[in-house]
Amino acid sequence: MVAFIIRRVLQGMMVMVVIALIGFAIKQSFGDPVREITGISVSAEEREALREELGLNDPFMVQFGRFLYNAAHGDLGQSFFYKKPAMEVILSKAPATLELVFCSAILIVLLSVPLGIYCAIRPKQLFAKFVMGASTVGVSIPVFLTAIMLIYIFSIELHWLPSFGRGETVNIGGWQTGLLTWDGIKHLIMPTVALSSIMLPLFIRLIRSEMMEVLQNEYIKYAWAKGLPPLRVWIVHAFRNTLLPVITVGGVQLGITIAFTILTETVFSWQGMGSMFIQAVERADSSLMVAYLVVVGFIFVVVNTVVDIIYGLVNPTVRITGRK
Amino acid sequence: MQPLLEVKNLCVEFAMRSQVLRALRDVSFTIGKGERLGLVGESGAGKTLTGFSILNLISKPGYISGGSILFEGRDLAELTIEQIRDIRGNRISMIFQDPMMTLNPVLTIRTQMVETIKAHQKISDKEAEKIALDKLQRVYIPSPEKRLDQYPHELSGGMRQRIVIAISLLTNPGLIIADEPTTALDVTIQAEIMDLLLELCRDEDMGLLLITHDLAVVSEVTQKIAVMYAGRIVEMGPTRDVVDHPEHPYTRGLIAALPQSCDQGQRLLQIPGIMPSLANLPSGCSFHPRCELCQDICKREVPVLETKASGRHVACFMVK
Repeated sequence: MVAFIIRRVLQGMMVMVVIALIGFAIKQSFGDPVREITGISVSAEEREALREELGLNDPFMVQFGRFLYNAAHGDLGQSFFYKKPAMEVILSKAPATLELVFCSAILIVLLSVPLGIYCAIRPKQLFAKFVMGASTVGVSIPVFLTAIMLIYIFSIELHWLPSFGRGETVNIGGWQTGLLTWDGIKHLIMPTVALSSIMLPLFIRLIRSEMMEVLQNEYIKYAWAKGLPPLRVWIVHAFRNTLLPVITVGGVQLGITIAFTILTETVFSWQGMGSMFIQAVERADSSLMVAYLVVVGFIFVVVNTVVDIIYGLVNPTVRITGRK
Repeated sequence: MQPLLEVKNLCVEFAMRSQVLRALRDVSFTIGKGERLGLVGESGAGKTLTGFSILNLISKPGYISGGSILFEGRDLAELTIEQIRDIRGNRISMIFQDPMMTLNPVLTIRTQMVETIKAHQKISDKEAEKIALDKLQRVYIPSPEKRLDQYPHELSGGMRQRIVIAISLLTNPGLIIADEPTTALDVTIQAEIMDLLLELCRDEDMGLLLITHDLAVVSEVTQKIAVMYAGRIVEMGPTRDVVDHPEHPYTRGLIAALPQSCDQGQRLLQIPGIMPSLANLPSGCSFHPRCELCQDICKREVPVLETKASGRHVACFMVK
């Protein structure tokens, strides 16, 4: 198991190096940092000297090595717009996004598991058909449209929920959380629903189809033949086997959810990493964009590594390979 | 004396979109306490379906459309799902064909054994585990304590089938239904498993319904044999008699088709034609298009299983 985890972590680090390389390459081709620092009034000689001083004349690989070294120490360059280290800017925006993704992941798991199982074991029930129909609609409507419709119904027509921002937040050890105030939670509801609107139906469908396939297996028929209670057959025998593919896909999808936050955050003016990234693009803040890329890539890799490890815990066959 | 299991005129149908397929028709047989019955026939004859319908495990769109299944004084065909769950794996155990597929890959042997006992008895995990260990020893599994913590993929095919047999013994059932228990195994392992099954049935006085297409296995293990063709039993009697002196033309064809009934160097015999599909059964006796004794009456009327002069039950007009 330890060897298995070490291998996965090493693989994750390899992926991070590749992501950093791509990010660095983008930054390199994005324009001249010297001009951005100095402005136009500085002479060519002075610029050249500054260039030498900043190490911009070094070979690509040397510069990349330096970038990697700094990145590993948490330094991803300066944001031109904020005049602060990019990392600091991202970290100040991260809690908003992470809370949104977290709530949405919880919502997805809490709803998709029971609904998916139900639709798999009672596919002909009216309610199951309704859920499947609704999920098709859910998958087909883009996030921003769902978000706008939610705002129209619950903010403009009904005045139940606020339409933008995070509301009142509480600072706990540097983490601005909206989860502890009623106002913050009210602000969270619609963005969470909007963010889940694509993934939730996808997960219901995934769990349903995987579960239906598992239910066809001989060992399920055997479980019935042993006279086990229905709940045990469905949950312990069928769902545990359903989990394996769901965890794999689920990990990747959780990463994609982070990407979808860009849309959701923009519509709800949610001050998180997603809207920060859009602003960075508009301001051509290349350091901040690359930093975002690296940080999101890092979250992706961490999530996938954790998923792999969980998969190993659920699937005994993987664990054995890991032991060797 | 009341037999352990008495299946009377069992009919199973499948409601398909355009028609109703009659998969089992008037299947009747009895198994006494400690008696072993072999159910043989080609693929698709309805052997497995018969076994599954006893525990009402037929998958939709199949259903029992008639007849009764009397077991220990109750008609299993009339029981609710809750009531039959109490019989399944408790009074009647099943052994499936492929031990690679029967055990759940993500659960330990311990879980799969303990849950079976706990589904039927109010008992602590510790006690259930003791029973499990005892049964594992009963099927000659080396170091049974170690097996409990293993997963199915860590065990060989023969070992897994032994575990399935051990699971079937957990609640000391009156009857075991074994559906081709050795088909998926190596020949050498096959013999071991059949010997084990025979020994257990004898020692525990358990009834056995052995479903197979292997006549050699049936003649070694069972006392009675029932031959099925296209959803009906066509011949039934003591195993020795039927194998040595088959009366129904289909049984005769089956026995003649065994390689050992031919001289060396001779072409193997076979029954001409194939078994008809259920959707397209011939009129009269389902076997008539392949039968060498076929007369006009065979094409018009369906022969019923009746006691012939020899005391054998045969469904054929041409056998007196």
